[in-house]
Amino acid sequence: QAAWCVLPSRVLLVLTSQKGIQMYESDGSIMVYWHALDVTEHHPAQAVFARGIAAAGGRFVCVGTSSGLVLVFDIPPKGTNITVSEVLEQHHDAITDIAAELGQAPDGAGDLVTADDAGTLCVWSTGEQFSLLGKIPGFGWSCSSVKLWNGIVAAGFGNGQIRLHEAATGVLRAEVNAHARWIYALDLAPCAGKLLSGAEDSFVHVWKLSRNPDTDDVEIQHCHAECVTDTQVCGARFCDPEGNSFAVTGYDLSEIFRYGRA
Amino acid sequence: VMNDIITTMFNKKFMEELFKPQELYSKKALRTVYDRLAHASIMRLNQASMDKLYDLMTMAFKYQVLLCPRPKDILLITFNHLDAIKDFVYDAPGILNQVDETFRQLIEVYGCLSAGEFQLIRQTLLSFFQDMHIRVSIFLKDKVQNSNGRFVLPISGPVPWGTEVPGLIRMFNHNGDEVKRTEFTTDGNYVLPQREGSFDLYGDRVLKLGTNMYSVSRPVETHMSGSSKNLASHAKENIVPNPLVKEELNFLARLLGGMEVKKPGGSETGFRLNLFTTDEEEEHAALTRPEELSYKVINIEATQEPGPRDELSRILGALEVEEPQAGGAAKGEDLLALMDAL
Repeated sequence: QAAWCVLPSRVLLVLTSQKGIQMYESDGSIMVYWHALDVTEHHPAQAVFARGIAAAGGRFVCVGTSSGLVLVFDIPPKGTNITVSEVLEQHHDAITDIAAELGQAPDGAGDLVTADDAGTLCVWSTGEQFSLLGKIPGFGWSCSSVKLWNGIVAAGFGNGQIRLHEAATGVLRAEVNAHARWIYALDLAPCAGKLLSGAEDSFVHVWKLSRNPDTDDVEIQHCHAECVTDTQVCGARFCDPEGNSFAVTGYDLSEIFRYGRA
Repeated sequence: VMNDIITTMFNKKFMEELFKPQELYSKKALRTVYDRLAHASIMRLNQASMDKLYDLMTMAFKYQVLLCPRPKDILLITFNHLDAIKDFVYDAPGILNQVDETFRQLIEVYGCLSAGEFQLIRQTLLSFFQDMHIRVSIFLKDKVQNSNGRFVLPISGPVPWGTEVPGLIRMFNHNGDEVKRTEFTTDGNYVLPQREGSFDLYGDRVLKLGTNMYSVSRPVETHMSGSSKNLASHAKENIVPNPLVKEELNFLARLLGGMEVKKPGGSETGFRLNLFTTDEEEEHAALTRPEELSYKVINIEATQEPGPRDELSRILGALEVEEPQAGGAAKGEDLLALMDAL
């Protein structure tokens, strides 16, 4: 995996693989940090890898591992003195994705969510010491992708469903039978509350998230569907914070397709 | 011939090696094992036919893994393979037993993996097959493959077991009560599946992927022109020497040690399988095969040298390649010298 981690003082390019975690300066010129994964922590028959990357709390980069551990790296404003400040041990299955709050968190809603292969979601409050605010149990399917916006957790699952949960309480607020196959990617455009989902069924969908100001109910409506013919979509990302354009990648595809509003 | 190949493939030692936790084979290693397996009976294939057989197998398996509806179905596909194999040896109880034993092992080792773990296995397999676009006649005819070599992914039909038909949106209030329901539509046309396939030793697998595509007589042509565009970058990665290669060759030697190779002895004359229409066509195919698509098979020969290589020699000595390959007589290449060259 590869992700830009945007912190107030710097931007790092973080890469994960079966060997470990690499962090580069944003132009890719220098590797500022290398973290090797501890193979001995795993059962010999288990795969070893790092997966799930997010910048959090204006100061940290969090990366998940196949053993279920989440490594929290403390990033100085400059230089290579990156250290592991904490290891979060709440997940029992391989981490799939990590997301930081992209909008404004309501009180008590936490600012980080971690997801695993069992579909379990953990909501955290970041800081010198991270604290677990809540755990949302899985329902038998892997949560492949997760996003956090204005206190709403948006999670994509291997059975094609998208579920929205209240980050503060964990309550299920919406259930969408969105795709016919494994969802690979979710992205969120924070300025408009648009959600993008891409799955193995060849479809990419754009949704609109909102909160009813009177009832405080979470609403999700379908905006647009795109079928990338004969392609299992593996990656999908908005190209702007308003969500007016997005890019798609797929298995066996050497091109990146970019869609924009006409 | 079927009995010999299946006996070799399901031989206890060989299966033991396969079930050990390990990395995916490299393309070279897989092709080598496949070659050895194909020659486990008195049947022989020339280079061109062997290449074609491997191409067919590769693309067929890629198709099955790609279209696998839910990750766990990869196990059902494997069971379909085994069911078909059992049909070939229904009259040989000894071999049937071996296959059933493997069945039980599969259920034991893989039966309880989670969807996420199965998906990781599937993704690893798909990365092996990435960028392979050899066109297969039978697939083109049945419209499961496009003329550019890519497989058709239908957006209609049954959804995987455990998935709902896309369309419904349900919203709940903070008490968990459903307060709103809406629907959305797409070009897709999905239905719910009737039942789940069986993971028992015997049962209806429901899934058709992995069943014998040649149960009705079908053509076996493959086309390679226009499919080599993206292979250049992949061809390079196999040339760079890798310290893990030695590990892999050791593993390969152990694996092949578990395979008994049959030699046509006495009055039995071997027979040669040609996958082309004529001998001339086969020869022509061998000469015109694009460079980037040629499989580099590791030639493993028994060595006469004493010392620390004795164990390896003993294992390799059990294997004998009967007829010289189409490319000329097999050279007496030392296995360890080969490791240095790679």
